[in-house]
Amino acid sequence: MTREPTTVLEGLPGVTADWSADKQAFVVPWGKAMMWIFLLSDTFVFSCFLTSYMNVRISTTEPWPNTSEVFALQVGSQSVPLLLIAIMTMILITSSGTMAMAVNFGYRRDRKKTALLMLATAVLGLSFVGMQALEWTKLIVDEGVRPWGNPLGASQFGSTFFMITGFHGLHVSCGVIYLSVVAYRVWSGFYDRKGSYETVEVAGLYWHFVDLVWVFIFAFLYLW
Amino acid sequence: MDQAVHEPVGAHAQTAHHGDGQQHPIRIYLLIWALLFVFSTFSYLVDYFQFQGYLRWTLIIVFMLIKAGFIVAIFMHMAWERLALKIAILTPPLALLILIGLMAIEGDYTFVTRLAAFAR
Repeated sequence: MTREPTTVLEGLPGVTADWSADKQAFVVPWGKAMMWIFLLSDTFVFSCFLTSYMNVRISTTEPWPNTSEVFALQVGSQSVPLLLIAIMTMILITSSGTMAMAVNFGYRRDRKKTALLMLATAVLGLSFVGMQALEWTKLIVDEGVRPWGNPLGASQFGSTFFMITGFHGLHVSCGVIYLSVVAYRVWSGFYDRKGSYETVEVAGLYWHFVDLVWVFIFAFLYLW
Repeated sequence: MDQAVHEPVGAHAQTAHHGDGQQHPIRIYLLIWALLFVFSTFSYLVDYFQFQGYLRWTLIIVFMLIKAGFIVAIFMHMAWERLALKIAILTPPLALLILIGLMAIEGDYTFVTRLAAFAR
């Protein structure tokens, strides 16, 4: 177990030393390296979805539905564009903040605060999924949008929208389960006995990635 | 209960110390958190004020990249990782630019072909 080289070089010489020497290439806990590699692969999956969305949106001859109107919410007598999406975005950012704090308190060995902040993150994630369910219901039941067509314009809108937001929602749902399990283990003192809170940071990486993907979805699917 | 917290972790004490590497002041997280709210509001306002055309697209992409940068650099701690990990994780997605470029050209071609075919 040579986790750290005897002399730690910085910059490009550091890269050469890390990759060429007869030792572990990435000077981080293995769980973190593996999570990063998984997230890299997930980046490619989401990028392929978003690129295919771009492709079908460019190539369709039908007009694209005006997302600003489709996702507007009626407040009183006024129609506010993208209101639900804005709330969902804020919720996800808030959850990312609580997660970052959880990681921080984890490294400070504050067991209770870490567990509670992670639980808060999971609850916020759950409310995000709930709002997404609301959004889908509105779209499917009220607007008649289907993956194969819709009355608002190009039929590609439905297929790409359900595919991409659905896949993201699945990630959020998995994240809620993942965070709940880790939060329970934090609460039960599992990581104190193990002597390391790395797992909290690794779970945090996953959650921040989910938020990161939403940044791109928000920009391309809703605002573009 | 408290016993579990203060129990000396014995053999793990040394590795545990190593694992505590990513410790940063809470202030920086709160700052980035606030900035994410600010830039998300900006993104939303782009739609609210109905900016159109290149101004809209530029603003959307700029705010998106700023937010993505903050999340990866600070929340995901990439700014403090070693260069070897940064390169291994951050350079492969650049290949996607080629895919995006190709698919944009392809999409244009399909569009023109469809126009020609449907006009017939």
